[in-house]
Amino acid sequence: MVPLWWYVVLAVLLFVIGAAGVLIRRNILIVLMSLELLLNSVNINFIAFGRYYNDFRGQIFAIFVIAITAAEVAIALGILVALVRNKSTLKVDDVTMMKG
Amino acid sequence: MGQGFFLLFAAASVITALTVVLARNPVHSALALMACFLQISAIFVLLEAPLLAVIQIFVYVGAIMVLFLFVIMMIDVREAVLQRFLPGGNLPALVLLVLLGVEMLVLVLWSDRFSVAQPVVTHTGDQIRQLSKTLFVDYLLPFEAASVILLAALVGAIVLARKEQG
Repeated sequence: MVPLWWYVVLAVLLFVIGAAGVLIRRNILIVLMSLELLLNSVNINFIAFGRYYNDFRGQIFAIFVIAITAAEVAIALGILVALVRNKSTLKVDDVTMMKG
Repeated sequence: MGQGFFLLFAAASVITALTVVLARNPVHSALALMACFLQISAIFVLLEAPLLAVIQIFVYVGAIMVLFLFVIMMIDVREAVLQRFLPGGNLPALVLLVLLGVEMLVLVLWSDRFSVAQPVVTHTGDQIRQLSKTLFVDYLLPFEAASVILLAALVGAIVLARKEQG
């Protein structure tokens, strides 16, 4: 049987990789994909703890995280399409319209 | 045997996650992300959460990645492919990430709370029935809220992506 901390370490690795994608890459699409990676690493933690402490709430929360992620991706990609239509750029640094 | 499978899936998911971040072409990133989600759903199977594994494949691989690929298809990513990607370009962010990773690893390996080797109680069958009872009895209100959020996101995405009138 796999010890619990293996799962936690895997989630930590995926979280750090996803955070690297969010902080270092400047392409909006890659940033959104890295956000998915972050949320997935958290899901691994939820389900692993729920399994090892025999609590269903881990899986329930993972289901809610997945649902909210789907909503977030739909909105984010809608904003992205509108953005590319108005200002044809994919770089995060170029989008400074809200800056005073 | 479980340990071998876990190591296999974990290594594959970490490698594909690195590909997501390091690939220059967004299409390659999307395909690597799809592979990563498949590995993670295999890890959910190892954790005896088959329902979550199926939801992961349906929602992430089936819906979200298709959405990403559609958007990549609709917008021009050729400029992004030509963009130079500097690995050392953002030094403070790199330092912050290394600190974050080291901190989390030290905390996980230090504490003895995570060294549980066996689940406290093994499941006694009929897991999905218990799960659905928990979801639809104790967590009914959050479930309804999530469905309203999904509806709002649906409407919002359509309104956002629509062409301006006139």
